Amino acid sequence: MVITMTMTIDLRLFATLQQFEPPSSQAFIIEPETCVRTLVRDLDIPEIKAKLIFINGIKRDLDSVLKDGDRVGIFPPVGGG
Amino acid sequence: MKPNPIIDMLMTAAHNQQQPDGRKRAVLSLQDSADIAQRCGRTRKEIELLALEHDIIPERYLRNLNILSPKDQIRLLQSRACVVGLGGLGGYVIETLARLGVGALTVVDGDYFDETNLNRQLLSSEHNLSQTKTASAVERILTINSAIYVQDYNDSMNPDNVASILEQADIAIDCLDNIQARFVLERAAKEAGIPMVSAAVAGFSGQVLTIFPQDRGLEQVYGPPQTHSADKGAETTLGNLGCTVSLVASLECAEVVKILLKKDTVLRNQLLIIDLTDYTFEKIQFS
Repeated sequence: MVITMTMTIDLRLFATLQQFEPPSSQAFIIEPETCVRTLVRDLDIPEIKAKLIFINGIKRDLDSVLKDGDRVGIFPPVGGG
Repeated sequence: MKPNPIIDMLMTAAHNQQQPDGRKRAVLSLQDSADIAQRCGRTRKEIELLALEHDIIPERYLRNLNILSPKDQIRLLQSRACVVGLGGLGGYVIETLARLGVGALTVVDGDYFDETNLNRQLLSSEHNLSQTKTASAVERILTINSAIYVQDYNDSMNPDNVASILEQADIAIDCLDNIQARFVLERAAKEAGIPMVSAAVAGFSGQVLTIFPQDRGLEQVYGPPQTHSADKGAETTLGNLGCTVSLVASLECAEVVKILLKKDTVLRNQLLIIDLTDYTFEKIQFS
């Protein structure tokens, strides 16, 4: 018997990326073994804008694989002064 | 030991004043400090340093007590901070550092004020449009605290002048407005062996970090400099708001004070991100 499992993450998109934030982003459903690159692609976020990725308060990258309950944040490059 | 007539003058001029915590402090007024400096042919900063060494507090620094001790105040007065960029962040940074009593400031910008600056840049006003930002910064610093030594560079920081700009500085403060220039300043600060506080803003968002010479620094935020094609960031879309700018500039100043006083609670190998849409304040640990 095949059991398909899903997981949820708490997703937060900042600044210009806020426009890509999906509904119910605080309990966003993903497939197991989803990496950040896939998440970014599925949300139509330009990869070049996903410069600063953090999971549970630690900087990670596009290849990081997500786990159930992860708190994920993505911040675009910010340069104003 | 030969008596020092300046110390006698300081002792005579100082008056006891009860502080909010009930403690009495020997205090030196601005006028007395200026008079003694003039009579002795010394600078105001020299007089204030001498006073602090004898536990006489220049009145202007009384409310820095007791979070800053007289020794801390001496250290700040003996420090030089280099503020690169005098727009949104830089204007608030020089204001705060001058009031804190950082004794020497190098200020750098090659730009003039225009009307688009009025929404957030503290140094800009309806009366100084088309004035250079450095002239305005020097004037403001000396109006607040004329004991400070100010050096101004009315020129954009670039790879050719950055080393001389940072000469004698104890710390570099990045108040620039584009990502590529930040990498130029970072490299020069590392070569000069000094720490750098870096910040950037866009809309309601901002970030702050501290980079010591041996740290990886900005590439952990923006990726390697050579792969960075975008000169500007999210601010091109979101603009810059005064409330974000002043907050992030204050955070930079808090870092500067702690670094100059060798406290260890700085944002090193961490990035503080803020977002005022929902008041997010989060420290990201670089792995």
